[in-house]
Formats: sequence, C-alpha cells, structure tokens
Amino acid sequence: MSEQTQAFNIDTVDNAASTPDVELPWAELGLKDNEFAEIVKILGRRPTAAELAMYSVMWSEHCSYKSTKTHLRQFGQKVTEEMKKDLMVGMGENAGVTNLGDGWAVTFKIESHNSPSYVEPYQGAATGIGGIVRDIISMGARPIAVMDPLRFGAIDHEDSQRVVHGVVSGIGGYGNSLGLPNIGGETVFDPIYQGNPLVNALAVGALRHEDLRLANASGVGNKVVLFGARTGGDGIGGASVLASESFDDTKPSKRPAVQVGDPFAEKVLIECCLELFKASLVEGIQDLGAAGISCATSELAANGDGGMNVELTNVLLRDSTLTPGEILMSESQERMMAVVSPDNVEAFEAVMAKWNVEYSWLGEVTDDNRLTITWNGEVIVDVDPSTVAVDGPEYDRPYARPDWQDALQADTFRASEAGKNLPESGDQLKAAVLELIASPNMCDKSWITRQYDRYVGGNTALAAPDDAGVVRIDEETGLGVAIATDANGRYAYLDPYAGAQLALAESYRNVATSGAIPAAVSDCLNYGSPEDPDVMWQLAEGIRGLSDACMELGVPVTGGNVSLYNQTGDKAIHPTPVVATLGKLDDVARRTPSGWREEADGQAIYLIGTTADELDGSEFANLRGHLGGLPPKVDLGAEKALGAILINASRDGMIDSAHDLSEGGLAAALSEMVLRYGVGARVALDEIKARDGIDSFTALFSESQARAIVAVPRSEEVRFNDMTSARGVTVARLGVVDAQSGALEVQGEFTVSVDELREAHEGTMVKYFG
Amino acid sequence: MPRIVVDVMLKPEILDPQGKAIAGALPRLGFNSFEAVRQGKRFELTVDGEVTEQILAQAREAAETLLSNPVIEDVVNVEVVAD
Amino acid sequence: MSTELPLIGDYSTPTAELSGARIGVVTFPGTLDDRDAARAVRAAGAQAVSLWHADTDLQDVDAVVIPGGFSYGDYLRAGAISRFAPMMDKIIDAANSDAKLPVLGICNGFQILTESHLLPGSMIKNDHLKFICRDQVLRVENDQTAWTNGYTAGQEITIVLKNQDGQYVADEKTLDMLEAEGRVAFSYVGWNPNGSRRSIAGISNAAGNVVGLMPHPEHAIEAGFGPDARGTDGLTFFTSVLTHLVGGKK
Repeated sequence: MSEQTQAFNIDTVDNAASTPDVELPWAELGLKDNEFAEIVKILGRRPTAAELAMYSVMWSEHCSYKSTKTHLRQFGQKVTEEMKKDLMVGMGENAGVTNLGDGWAVTFKIESHNSPSYVEPYQGAATGIGGIVRDIISMGARPIAVMDPLRFGAIDHEDSQRVVHGVVSGIGGYGNSLGLPNIGGETVFDPIYQGNPLVNALAVGALRHEDLRLANASGVGNKVVLFGARTGGDGIGGASVLASESFDDTKPSKRPAVQVGDPFAEKVLIECCLELFKASLVEGIQDLGAAGISCATSELAANGDGGMNVELTNVLLRDSTLTPGEILMSESQERMMAVVSPDNVEAFEAVMAKWNVEYSWLGEVTDDNRLTITWNGEVIVDVDPSTVAVDGPEYDRPYARPDWQDALQADTFRASEAGKNLPESGDQLKAAVLELIASPNMCDKSWITRQYDRYVGGNTALAAPDDAGVVRIDEETGLGVAIATDANGRYAYLDPYAGAQLALAESYRNVATSGAIPAAVSDCLNYGSPEDPDVMWQLAEGIRGLSDACMELGVPVTGGNVSLYNQTGDKAIHPTPVVATLGKLDDVARRTPSGWREEADGQAIYLIGTTADELDGSEFANLRGHLGGLPPKVDLGAEKALGAILINASRDGMIDSAHDLSEGGLAAALSEMVLRYGVGARVALDEIKARDGIDSFTALFSESQARAIVAVPRSEEVRFNDMTSARGVTVARLGVVDAQSGALEVQGEFTVSVDELREAHEGTMVKYFG
Repeated sequence: MPRIVVDVMLKPEILDPQGKAIAGALPRLGFNSFEAVRQGKRFELTVDGEVTEQILAQAREAAETLLSNPVIEDVVNVEVVAD
Repeated sequence: MSTELPLIGDYSTPTAELSGARIGVVTFPGTLDDRDAARAVRAAGAQAVSLWHADTDLQDVDAVVIPGGFSYGDYLRAGAISRFAPMMDKIIDAANSDAKLPVLGICNGFQILTESHLLPGSMIKNDHLKFICRDQVLRVENDQTAWTNGYTAGQEITIVLKNQDGQYVADEKTLDMLEAEGRVAFSYVGWNPNGSRRSIAGISNAAGNVVGLMPHPEHAIEAGFGPDARGTDGLTFFTSVLTHLVGGKK
C-alpha cells in the first residue's frame, strides 16, 4: 500500500489544522458558501480534502433532501395510530417495512434514476434497478419483484429511439439477470420529458420478522467489512476536481460519470446476503449507493450507539490511482457494508468464500461517537458522523403560486378551439376510440413488457397489463401483495395539490381493483429545480396534497425519494409525483384480473361510480393538443367506498374481473377489458347518460375519478346489488360479456371488432420501435 | 475482398463484468498466469475494392459514432486486413 | 405453513413425496429458476435435491434438472463457464454411463448441455436481438424420451419462453441427423420466436435420457402462476421422468 500512498500528498487532519488558508474546490463540488462556512464551524478548522468530499456528497440535494426535508416531515406528522399499527419500519431507513401477519413482513421502495438514464440509458436504467434492489436486501429481505414507471419525450422524437431502447433493455438486462419478475409499471410519452426522461424503479421484498436488519453500527469492537464488487472510479465524474487533493497535476483526472452495473455480481450478492441474515452473521448492514463509502460509513455510525474507525487503504480497488476522496465518493455498484461481531468473522468469511465474493475488513465500531478514517494510519477524516449524515443543511426555499397558474386553469378544454367539433355520431365516436387506444400513452406496451421476465420465481399472479402486479409470498397460505404505481403529470401541472392526490387515488384504486387491501405507500417525487419558486410551489403543494390524502385514505408513506432539477434551462418537467401503493392479499388465488375470459360469457358488466363532464387534462384533450383547466375532482371518500366494494366483492367471489377507470375513461377501460383475453361485450350508455346528465362523448372519454368496471356472474348479481346499495355506492348495469360477438358493441352508437381494437392498440409501439 | 478490422474495448476505468467473470474461471481450469481479462469487440467491415484513405476515414468515423459508445468505450484499433 | 424464507437450495417442504424418486436441481452462481424447478419436481411428487455446482457428490439422485438463469452472467458465452463446474463433470459421466442418468436442461441449462457436448449444436442471440418473454406454443415431436413420455407426439402444449440467446443453430448435417433420428423433441408452433434453425425448441441425445429445450416447463406447473395465468402443460416433463424411472416407458 505504501507505493500507492506515495502518489498523493495526503491531506491529513493535522495538515488541515496547520494550513487553514489552503484553497479548496468546495464550490466546484456543489457546496454553497454558507454551507462551506458551516462545515468549517462544525470542525473548528478547514476540512481535509477527504472530509470535503464526504460533506459535499452527503450535503447534496440528492442525499440530504435539504430543499424538501421541511415539507417531507408532513408524511411523518399526518399519521394516525391506526396507520402506524402495521408499520414496522418507517421513513428514514433504506426502505419501510410493513407487517403482513403470520410472521411475514414486506418492504418496498421506489426511487429515481433519471439523469443517469438520459446520459447512458442502458447503464442508467440498469443501475437504477440494482440500487433499489440493494435497498431491499439491506433490510434483511429477499427481493421478490420489480416495477418501473417510465416517462419519455415525444414518441416520434429521434432521441426517444436511443433512450427508449436503452432504458428498456437496461431494465430487462439487469432485472432479468437477477431472477426478479417485473410485474408492472407505466409508460408515458410527452414532449415535456424531452431531455429529462424519468426512470423510476421499484423493488419489493419479503422477510420474516426476525430477519429484519437495520443500518446501524453498534457494539464496540465489532468489525466493519466492505464486500461485493471492487471500488472503481464510477460515478465520480463531477468530482474530478478533487484531483486537486493531490495538489499536483500529474494524476489522471478523467473519471467516468457513468456507473456500470454487473447484474451477475448483484445476484450473487443477494444470495450471499440472505445466507448471512439466515445465520445471523451481521449486526447491521448498509448498501452502497449514492455517495458510496461516505454515505455507508457516516449513516452506519450516525445510526449506531458509538463511532467508527476505518482504514481506507484496506478498500479493494479496481483502479489504484483513486485518491482517498474519490474512494469515499465512488458510486461503484454491487457493494455492501456490514458490521460483524468478532465471533462471527470466520463464519462470515466462509459465506464469502462459498459465493466467491471479495471482501475486506475496513475497521471497527468504537465508543467515541466519532467517524475516523485513516490512510495508512494517518487521520484524514475526523468528524461527528451525525453532522455528515443527519444534520445537514435545511432550506425553506421561497415558493409562490406561479402568476400563470390562474390563466392555465381558466383555459378549459370545452372553451378552447381544441374542444370544438367533438365526436358525436357513432362513426365519429368509434374513430375516436380507435385513435385513443392507439395513442402513445394508451397503446399496448407489451413491446416493453415482453422484454422483461414476469414468470421467474413462480409466484407472479398478476402482471402488466393488469391493474396491479400481484406476487405470492407464502406458498402454503397464498399470502401475497399487490402493487401499482401511478402518476399523471398533466393533472399535477394543472393543480399540483390535486394532482398528487389523484396519483395516490389511482394507485390505491388499482390495488383495490386487484382485490388487495391497500396498506402502504412509497413515492418518487419528480420535479424541476427547487430554486425556481414556481417549481418549489408545485413541490410544496404536491407533498401537502399527498400527505393529506394518505391521512384520509389511511395508508402511511413508508419511504421514497425526491428527484429535483429535472429541467432543461428554465423549462421544468410537469410535476410528476409517482405514487406506489402496496396492498395485502390473504390469498392471491382470490386476485381479480383486469379482463373477462370466454367462460365469462353472459356475465353482467357494471360501472361503479358516477361520471361528470371532466375532460381537462384528459388523454382525449391531450390527443387534441390541449392542456388547461382543472383536473378531475378528487373524492377520497368515494375512492375508499369504491375500494371497499372491489375488495369485498373479490373476497366473496361476487366479481370475476375488474378494471379501474383512469386515463382514457370508459372508452379505454372497456377496450382494455375486451382486449385482455380477446372476448367481446355489449354495453349501452343510456342509463349513465340520463342519470349523470352527460352525452355519449363525455360518458366515453371523461376521466372522472372513483370509477371501475366489474364483471359479475349472473348468480351473484343480487348479492352485488345488495352490497353496493347498502354501502350507498352508485352503480349502473352497462351490459354483458358476449363471447360470440368478437366485438365491443356500444348499443345505438357503434360496434368495433376485437381485431380492429387489437390492430389499433398493438401497432403503435412496434411502428416506432420495431 | 479486403476488410477493415475495428477493435473496441471498454474504457480502462469502466467495470468489465464479462472480463471479470472469465478471469475468475481461468484459474479453475488451471490457467494461473493471467492477472486480469478484459473482453472487447472486433468488427470486420468488408470493402468491395480497394481501401482508400477516404474509406478508412469513414470506417474510423463509423467506429467512433456507431460501433462504439464513446461514453463507455474506446476504439483501440482500426486496420486493414487483406485477404 | 412455511416459517422461513427459503435460501437457494433450501427445498424443504412439509408435503410428503408421492414417489421415492430424488431429483437433483443444480445451482450455479447466477442460476435463477432453481426454486421453480424444485417446485415442479415436488409438484410431480418427487423429492427435490439441491446440487451445488462446486460439489462433486451427486447424492444418489435419480435424475437431474439443470435450470435456467444467467450462470456466470452469460458472460463469454451462455453456459461456457458453468460447463467446467465440478458437478457438471459428474453429471456428464453419469449421463453417458450405462445407468444413463436422465438429465433435463432448461434454457441456460440447455446452453450448458450443448457447451458440455451432451447435446449437439449451440445457441446464439435471438434473431431480433431482444430478450423475449411470452407464452409459447410447442409441438411435441418425440414422446419417447425420459422427459416426454407422458405427452403424445403431435400434441401442442403452451409453456413459457424467456431468453436472450435462444436461437438454436447447428450445421445442416447435424440438423438432418437430428430429424432423421427423431431427436427433435419440441418445435415452435406459429411464430419462431428466436430464429432457431428448423424451428427447433428442444432436442434429445440418441439414448433419450438427456433432453434440452429453451422454453420453461417449470413455469407452467401451477394454475394461476403460468402461461395465460393458468396453464399447467409443463408438469408432464416432471411426471414423465418418474414414469421413466419406474420402468414405465411407452
């Protein structure tokens, strides 16, 4: 190691104390002058280069949530005792954990990997999956499924070829190699995401209560170990200014900003970690993601009851020219850090040997409440770990309702040019339905989902295009979970508060539609720059809206992620709060699929809920190039009542299939149910038109919330009607499943064959992406 | 027909999982002399006729733009091989 | 009720096995479908025995399944590194011995069997270059092997297809020989999903004890969790080998 250290002039703590005036590149590392001054104040001297590296990454927006912390607290505050009942681990850990009963628990989390996926789509998306899966492992859980909500620029923009092909094959290439079924997600195309695609990744894992692990370093004398892949220069491109820590210009400063994933290494890491948990060989564990060793050491130490001492030259390197600061900041993938008691060292090493995983012992837990990092014995970091990991800066950034918001909300679809000459005749309505289901956002996405393994594990009960992905956890009892992710950026742009609530409402509804009881929420808040008061207002409103709605629906937020600066110049993306709801199914055999099969012939089709004239922000308005007005009205009471109907009807065997109404309204929902298994239906709109005072066009394309379609066997109709009327929920009998017709007939309006629907629905992705 | 051979390697600082896996397998088969393995790609561009400077320049450009991804890969060699 | 999260190779089950047969399931680093294969073995009524790639003890198993996945990341070539595992040496010997140990290679397992030369030909990247996961219709061409005797020749079955390097290739002479000797076990029906020569989905060795195929029968053994959410056409692979083991060949 001495050879290596000679390459650098190591900036020790002693050196920092004796050379207070050395210029440090703190601004290039993204720190503001007040933040640098704060670091100097905390330390009582200038930071060393290595300390500067740690503080700069840990105090970044990405790691510290400094712009949003003050708002995010609402998720912890707006919680009832009832909501906390099954919450085993809440926000702040790697992922939240929810009790499922029978000694089982589930952990899930959604995260963004947006910007890396634009720079290098394949690796960006792949490492996004890798990172979220490691979060799940570090809770002590076996990962059991992944999902990926995606947003791209315009479908016909030339760069979408690069980004879509790269992202989809990256998610597949990594996730398929891990043996994790991909059970859903969503794909949206909108020019607003040009240059700022959103690649969010969700992972879910199952664990026994006793296997729960947390990221803390406790027990003086316990050993700290780094295992998995070696540390290279991945993801520190922006930090290459730290080359100056050597205070000479001889070393190569070119470092890749792109992280490269090795799914094989991750798969081995999963099995190896589970073996460690099973044998109780680790006291605490933390994955290495953003900010790498800086984050892992400071968080483990800050969450523990003592301190930590680490010798950095013990880190196994892929590139021997890395400086201490770079080693601390490296985001090399497929690495984990654990705390192991001395008694278990030998057994730990045996597991590493079995799986052929490299490891190195870095140091141990101390009782001095300091994080001390040495380089060949010389102290280069000596900090209170809480100041790095917990007590970072916090900003209450100025925000204000944009001055354009009123004009935007006043510009309704009906009053606009785009809202003239709407379809009226049967032929026009039929053409509009076909146009809708062929549109980039509503078209069939199996071009994407067939590149993902949805079967591996043998526990997938539902996957895309069903409303929610459903996986079994306990093969003996059938206990399992359903998850759905949703967001509508256009709604949130029109009204950021309501938009966030609508995202929750839809994912809640989707989970209930599958028959599961919603239990927990994880969110990925994708917004523009918090330094723009307009965007900051969207963000503050989004968090306020989502936290209010979670309280009203009784589902706690267990974790998530905030992704800011998704903008090009001063053009921000639409606020896009992606909400993932997880629900519990006592027996996944009871799950409700989103379409009817041939044997459902003659079953009654019911629409639950009422329809208003709500076309602002709708997919139909989007087809006409219009965005203005107010999004559909939020009615969480109605969502709750609808959810209860769907869950009870499924449990009591009253419904055979169900599909929620959301983007594209009734037209999209009916088409999708027919296309799910290619079985037709006959429906009439007369009853809902008369009851709700709307025309056929509005009945088909309005996006009113809290609605779903269900297919009810004839024998169950009386019970179903009794239940809905007892609960005061409005239903209308639309028609029947017709297995012979091979068509969707909207009586008095039009008949469209299954083949016509299929051709329109399935052609679009293939046309653009081959 | 002459061919232009283009060799592309991952940049030295980029992780090469393939090479790593192969390096791990070699000692198991008794090949103990190799410290590391990096796996690259070789492309053969066949030319109908003589390889002019202009065609070679085109090949170099194609190598930089299409055959390699400059974010993670380097073109390490472009050469003409006669048959 | 299961009270523990199973580890790889942990196939303990409270269900009593119907037959006394012990069927090994091999796990390499990067194997993905080993738990599925073990579940299929159990569903057929046999005991699943975990075989670790680095071990050399076949543990007296009566047959072996080499499941799918991305062993060693499929780096170099799919199956190329796994083929040299100590356990594979034992399996190759036992398959070629007079005892003719039945061996089924699924997907990556098929690739390992071709790299091991237990089966001819090889697999290259799908002709459309993408990973593909779909419900796939196959025609049973040979119902006389250890793993297919429960089917009827000409029968069409639907199981899961999912692969990246699934295009079966061999020289014309080998392909002619396979067809002439009835060693094509399964063909793709309708669309050829990966460009395989002569739509070959699976083949056997001359003795019929070794079968390899790209699609996944182990993902089609339980209603509600397989093709079209209910297909169980794959279970017959695992019941066939039990029939074979008790001498009940057709």
